[in-house]
Amino acid sequence: MADRVKVVIDGRTVEAPAGALLINVARQAGIDIPAFCYYDGLALQAACRMCLVEVEKAPKLLAACTLPVTDGMVVRTETPQVKEARKAMLEFLLTNHPLDCPVCDKGGECELQDAVFRYGAGESRFTEEKLHVPEAQWSPVVYYDAPRCILCYRCVRICDEGLGVRALGVVNRGATSEIAPNRGDHLECDECGMCIDICPVGALTSGIYRYKTRPWEMKHVGTICAHCGDGCKTTLGVYSGRIMRGNNRDRSGINDEFLCIKGRYAFDFTDHPERLRTPLVRVGGRLEETSWARALEIVARRFAEVKSRAGKFGIVGSNRTTNEENYFLQKFARQGLGTNHLDHHRTGDVVSLVDALAGRQDALATTADLYRRKAALVVAADLAQQHPLLAFQLRANWRHHQAHVYVVTPGPVREDSYAVRSVRVPPGEELAGVESLREALRAEPELVILFGGAVKGENVRRLVTFGDSLGIPVQYVCLVDYANSRGAADMGLLPDLLPGYRPVTAAGGSPGLTLPEMLAAPDLEVLWVVGANPLARHPLASEQAFVVVQDLFLTETAARADVVLPAACAYEKNGTVTNTCGEVQRLRKALETPGTKTDLEIFGLLAQRMGLDLGPWRVESVWEEIQGNVPGYNVPSAVLAAGGAAPTYPVNGRIGVNPRPELIRSAGDTLFTSGTLGRYSRILNSVPEAPGALYRS
Amino acid sequence: MLYNEPSPLEVRVLTRRFGLPNSASIDTYLATEGYAAFRKALEMTPEQIIEEVKISNLRGRGGAGFPTGLKWSFVPRQSPKPKYIVVNADEGEPGTCKDRVLMENDPHQLLEGMLIAGLAVDAHAGYIYIRGEYRYLIEIMDRAIAEAYERGYLGRNILGSGFDFDVYTHTGAGSYECGEESALLESLEGKRGIPRIRPPFPAVVGAFQCPTVLNNVETFCAIPAIIRDGGAAFAALGTPKNGGTRLFAISGHVNRPGVYELPMGFNLLRMINEVAGGVRNGKKLKAVIPGGSSCPVLKAEECDIAMDFDSLARAKSMLGSGGVIVMDEDTCMVKVAMRIMKFYAHESCGWCVPCREGTLWLKKLLTRFHEGQGRRNEIALIGELARNMLGRTFCPLGDAAAMPTISLVEKFYDEFEAHLEGRPCPFEARTAVLV
Repeated sequence: MADRVKVVIDGRTVEAPAGALLINVARQAGIDIPAFCYYDGLALQAACRMCLVEVEKAPKLLAACTLPVTDGMVVRTETPQVKEARKAMLEFLLTNHPLDCPVCDKGGECELQDAVFRYGAGESRFTEEKLHVPEAQWSPVVYYDAPRCILCYRCVRICDEGLGVRALGVVNRGATSEIAPNRGDHLECDECGMCIDICPVGALTSGIYRYKTRPWEMKHVGTICAHCGDGCKTTLGVYSGRIMRGNNRDRSGINDEFLCIKGRYAFDFTDHPERLRTPLVRVGGRLEETSWARALEIVARRFAEVKSRAGKFGIVGSNRTTNEENYFLQKFARQGLGTNHLDHHRTGDVVSLVDALAGRQDALATTADLYRRKAALVVAADLAQQHPLLAFQLRANWRHHQAHVYVVTPGPVREDSYAVRSVRVPPGEELAGVESLREALRAEPELVILFGGAVKGENVRRLVTFGDSLGIPVQYVCLVDYANSRGAADMGLLPDLLPGYRPVTAAGGSPGLTLPEMLAAPDLEVLWVVGANPLARHPLASEQAFVVVQDLFLTETAARADVVLPAACAYEKNGTVTNTCGEVQRLRKALETPGTKTDLEIFGLLAQRMGLDLGPWRVESVWEEIQGNVPGYNVPSAVLAAGGAAPTYPVNGRIGVNPRPELIRSAGDTLFTSGTLGRYSRILNSVPEAPGALYRS
Repeated sequence: MLYNEPSPLEVRVLTRRFGLPNSASIDTYLATEGYAAFRKALEMTPEQIIEEVKISNLRGRGGAGFPTGLKWSFVPRQSPKPKYIVVNADEGEPGTCKDRVLMENDPHQLLEGMLIAGLAVDAHAGYIYIRGEYRYLIEIMDRAIAEAYERGYLGRNILGSGFDFDVYTHTGAGSYECGEESALLESLEGKRGIPRIRPPFPAVVGAFQCPTVLNNVETFCAIPAIIRDGGAAFAALGTPKNGGTRLFAISGHVNRPGVYELPMGFNLLRMINEVAGGVRNGKKLKAVIPGGSSCPVLKAEECDIAMDFDSLARAKSMLGSGGVIVMDEDTCMVKVAMRIMKFYAHESCGWCVPCREGTLWLKKLLTRFHEGQGRRNEIALIGELARNMLGRTFCPLGDAAAMPTISLVEKFYDEFEAHLEGRPCPFEARTAVLV
């Protein structure tokens, strides 16, 4: 093919697209050319000069990071001249570097250390005084140690190009050049820590992690972030039973290396001083500590007793518990307790979308689709605040592929800065705004439509009808708030739908009470709340209701409980969760908090004590049952086992229930809030940007 | 004003109006064939203009010596984008002060050169990027620009030709690096003055991402004469492939330092002895830096040489920007090396590793050396560090720092040896401050 060329690198003939950068062509052929400033996906710099190579007919060494390959090019990457140049660059870099590796956070995983080990000199010839400047703290999470900085400008670029935040720049010149916040002495930014993670050396360090441990002392556990619905993979570094840091430097998972403040730092709720570590039972109007055995016995006996009288149960599930837990909870409710009074806080109208798509394959966009489709329409969502990964993906798509992005929102959003068109509409008139883009959207080859919780019920159907009428392939993302909001709906934590959106009526049942109906029912006998906090905003009408709460903290709801069971959090269990795009991913247990149990174990122990046969409560067994029973979830387990994300598909046919749009309400969390859980993250509350606000870009 | 008396050996083409009363005014300019070349160019096709410049063998006067006509021919005239003319007046090379006198004494010559370049590449706007330290020149240029607008030599429909051209002055902020053409463009656009990755070159992607002709002041100033009298006449003033005259700024230990316009290829020794009045105080010549501080030094015995790009390249030095720095026998060459490196360490923009770190290291090392604290094995280290920068930096600033250093160590090794192990500088009491 004419657009492919042949180059010879170290004697090996390699084929590559014409114009590809030599550094990439070589790396793809397994020939590593070292570089600090070159970073895949970010603007070219040619500043570190580590990637200099010999090119035949060139009078001097050339930087492989900015050299497009041409046919017949002959390159040598390991000649004495190249090696000597690398050694020289490293020698220069180390002249003003403090070489405080023994106490540097980056020691052991430092690119400069690794490069010196591979290519550097064995001895130092520099005997002059080193430059020194004191370290600076720019925010609660970002510290900068200028002497360690090698000025690769990765941090500036990821903030500018990757996030669109532009918080960092360069000041001074020559050897006194430094990275500096564009606000002078402090950051006003997303506090995402991308700059820290992308730093090849220990110049940018994290206020959460610094000087706590050494990288090789930690156990590294790849799991899924416990916060928003995007489902980023976060690799937790655990040392001595505590999470020390979160990052995703291995670039695995749907988020590559992206993480926002929540995925990177907001794990600190796990060891919050108010974390519940022992069951509580109400004695004489006060909650007192008790044993697990006694607490479970009290709950099991009360459940059995109310069930025997056919008393009224109300069960509230969680947006954060695993699919296995949610599936088991609805099974417990329906088979064990014989009730459909089961609901959860609905943050987006997944039901209406699945209904409107009626089983159409490939109509749900994956996280990857946001990076590769030619156009996207964002309706009623402040993506950068509510769905930072999806915002990052769209922005990268625009940067790398010039994707066309359209925005219909009630106020300014960050996407405006690069959107083809931004339409402002009052809340409730989103569809009119979408309609105004009809002609422009018809001209696109394909489209992904993302819509927030404000688009619900009939409007979702109208949005899909609109998409259908464009005559181009259209995919959808129904934006939901939390780590397993999607999974809660998929697993049937709804009064009228079984797992996989099968109406309870089709199975001969009748729909149960919705969440507000339960809370309003004066004759409610049991309110069982698993990982939710409904009483924070709504009163409980039934004064005699026996309230059981499984949670991490003594929330408003837990404070009203008769029995509180301390639950393990997402980082303390195995299982699966489903993100806002409908992709299933695996949670992996990183640590344990003594005294807590996973919700699944609590369900199992309660079932056991009640003599219910709900099957084994091992995660693996429940997952197998989900794969077999829940339409759309027969996904390959191998993908999950390998840490991948498996997309689910909408069910076949119409669902045919009233989606109850009046019950759907997004919590409107920002980058710095995360529902009730966010209140227990010190870092989320300590950054000056918190709590933030939507539509203020 | 003029800073030195002219020499009878000069061939005054670009400096022909120097010394005339009110030489900077448009009246003087018009009275002395001013804007005649532009009128002539209006009758020529762009191809003819560029051809004439090619015939003149004019090579860029900023230092690199790239053929100007060829450079202009790279501009894609059919591009739908606007094209720009940018004048590099960020004259910062130590030892060089020719652009200053050209703008001060004959600003309209520069404007006329820009106008002709505009005709040649279909540009309708030009920027003069003047170094921050030359602030007073902005006033002179702005006055000349205002006069040109007043008399209809700038603005809409110039001289009824239908050709529009606007000129703006822009001040630098005190960075040598901004004299590098792509860093200059970044600075002009309001960004940090760091060089761009090239290619693309400014002719294709220059100011504001548009095709741009970017030349040195002296280069533009040569254009009116080339068009007026013909490229061949200009070429004939110099040597083959080195057309025309050149403004040499002769400084250092000579009796009559100054800026002199001499034919390309003029002999360096004659320049020192006959034009600049010989070495001061009857001292002997020790060395010459022939083209500004970035050029490798010539020893006295190498100075019988024709001052053109090719002859100096053969002598492993450069004509550079025409800044001839003359040093007598009392000059400490270690101090010269130190002083030069101090300049480059100060001016390194910091973008790339070898220049940023190498210049500082060498500055510290050479400073220590000059204080007599050098160690024998470090003489070689100076050369090695310079070679580790040479050809490996992002822009030529690293080369500019490395080349004179390498030559100084090679050619004056004994003087480095004389500074070792605590010995005081043997020249200290006698050395004048240089560069």
